[in-house]
Amino acid sequence: MTALLELRNVSKLFGGGFFSGRPPLHALDGITFSIPEDRPTITAIAGESGSGKTTLARILLGIATPSAGQVLYRGKDVARISGAERKRFRLEVQPIFQDPFESYNPFYKVDHVLTTPARNFKIGKSKAERRSRIEEALHAVGLQPEETLGRFPHQLSGGQRQRVMVARALLLRPRILLADEPVSMVDASLRATILDSVYTLNRTHGISVIYITHDLTTAYQVSDNIIVLYRGSVAEAGSVEQVIKQPKHPYTQLLVQSIPRPDPRKLWGDVPARGDAEALGEAVGCKFADRCPFVMDACRSAVPPLHHIDPHRVASCFLYRDSKVVAEQDIAGVFAPRADAARTGPVRA
Amino acid sequence: MGQPAIEEAHLTSLTAATAARSSASSEHSLVVEDLRVHYDTPEGVIKAVDGVSLALKPGERLALVGESGSGKSTLAMALMRLTKAPGRIVAGHIYLGGKDITLLEEPEMRQLRLNEIALVPQGAMNSLNPVMRVKHQIIDGILDHVADRKQTPDSHELEERVNRLLARVGLSPEVGRMFPHELSGGMKQRVAMAIAISLSPRVIVADEPTSALDVVVQRQIMQTLGRLQQGLDAAVILIGHDMGLVAQFANRVGVMYAGKLVELGPVQQIFTEPLHPYTKLLIESLPNLEEKKKFIGIPGLPPTLLRLPSGCVFHPRCPSFIKGTCETVAPHYQEVRPERETSCHLYAGVRA
Repeated sequence: MTALLELRNVSKLFGGGFFSGRPPLHALDGITFSIPEDRPTITAIAGESGSGKTTLARILLGIATPSAGQVLYRGKDVARISGAERKRFRLEVQPIFQDPFESYNPFYKVDHVLTTPARNFKIGKSKAERRSRIEEALHAVGLQPEETLGRFPHQLSGGQRQRVMVARALLLRPRILLADEPVSMVDASLRATILDSVYTLNRTHGISVIYITHDLTTAYQVSDNIIVLYRGSVAEAGSVEQVIKQPKHPYTQLLVQSIPRPDPRKLWGDVPARGDAEALGEAVGCKFADRCPFVMDACRSAVPPLHHIDPHRVASCFLYRDSKVVAEQDIAGVFAPRADAARTGPVRA
Repeated sequence: MGQPAIEEAHLTSLTAATAARSSASSEHSLVVEDLRVHYDTPEGVIKAVDGVSLALKPGERLALVGESGSGKSTLAMALMRLTKAPGRIVAGHIYLGGKDITLLEEPEMRQLRLNEIALVPQGAMNSLNPVMRVKHQIIDGILDHVADRKQTPDSHELEERVNRLLARVGLSPEVGRMFPHELSGGMKQRVAMAIAISLSPRVIVADEPTSALDVVVQRQIMQTLGRLQQGLDAAVILIGHDMGLVAQFANRVGVMYAGKLVELGPVQQIFTEPLHPYTKLLIESLPNLEEKKKFIGIPGLPPTLLRLPSGCVFHPRCPSFIKGTCETVAPHYQEVRPERETSCHLYAGVRA
């Protein structure tokens, strides 16, 4: 398996200079995974605030550089590539950000975010061809070009603005789409439509998606595999069917039990949990030990490695110390192939 | 002498009307009748809340849901009488413990806030004073509402009360000496709740109280809010768009669309057997954890409040649209079954 995008033991430290008098904060701590080249995948990266998911997104886009480790694109270090290769990386890895308003310059019409990259990346040979490609992309995400083009960002709804961003990504035909909380600022009724366009990009246009979110429910609906981060480290990773439906790491269990299910018959129980992640300092050993209901002595002295506990799952927890350790290996190796089971529609009353 | 007499007579008639009202709804903590809040803009009048009526009993948890622009936050602010210009309450009544607060002068309303009706704001990070220690922010509200200056509690007594309030929201006394920036998002929201319950209000308005918090903290905050509300037997209005939180917290759910309440009913029934087509679509669009579903959104876009569709405001997006009726006649909001109210022509012939 060749990797399109690969992270090798990537860490990112913030602060902790000689004069700061504080230890540095490990925003990311030795992350290794890859996106394969031969098949389009959808991978979710989930975690609470402070888990490092946004830092990871910035590193994947080449906006931030890792403090240690490497990011390789088509086998080349992203921090070192230049010229044509850098341009190719910029074209092939496209972002969608959380706030669909901040991505626009309010003084330009929305056309600007579509025509500028189309011109810069030489999409189509003529202006007319570029125009038809843009219209095609807008149609693909369920927008009417005549109702979208020629308008200013404030004249579109939040959902429409975010769908224009998805259309922009589609227009450039990237290999990887990195969506950082694309629906968290959009109304519930429009979320489904945006997630559906992202899903369609993967299934019909062969674009790999990295879906960064705090919302495990949409992560389950959209993605094939998931990486759950806790304070910069991988807590649990594998197929969504395993990690979200039968979580094994105590942290993932806590997250899943805390999801407010939209069903009054499935109420929250009294889940034991101490504190919140932000309030705790740097710890020796397992970072989750202070909040873990199953904490053991071993957890306080050493960092648990990733144990390969199921065919399509790894978890960093001493509860599973009898399972084989996957040391320094690409966790994408345990990922499940994408499941194309027919999605059932809702039953209308 | 004549002038005050007229005013007095006017006041007496008002009081009589209020008294009659309160006897009719004495079991309710809060009654809203045909409330209308409009915003005057250069482009025209925006009817953000357009004739909403509802009633809450003590101990009840009502959730108001709707898309952005549906008027749910405008309604919440109107209940607190905190509507800011260019918005104004143009019609309707809000009875708080039998008293119509739409008629009160601001100083009197100010005394009722915190005492009778309190707000847990959206994004507590922006509602706390950054340069004031937590305990002083709690004390501020208590001192501002001392009716008789002679009964002002001494500093020792205040300290005690602050510590008791902090304990009730799950914070240690040390938090009282801290500044807001030293607290996590969840802790700030707890401080905001401590302030809200400091004078045991009968109604708590919680406007998206956990919108910026992580799921684990969100659950803890909502469970704490639930315990506090039970302890006070207060009525809670939860404003939100997260149907998950609503299902977990509320007893009754009101669905708002374009400034109107389109459906109201017990939480279980709203989720399992929604009546209004908009509620049905809203429930269907929710992602779940049971099985991978097709992504189903609600077709079309929420209407611009400046140019509302004719007839039923939902008709351009409605899958059950009845031609000849829905685009011409606005449906009445009515009780169609016991405890179930909706405004939809599908139920026009059905009466409870």
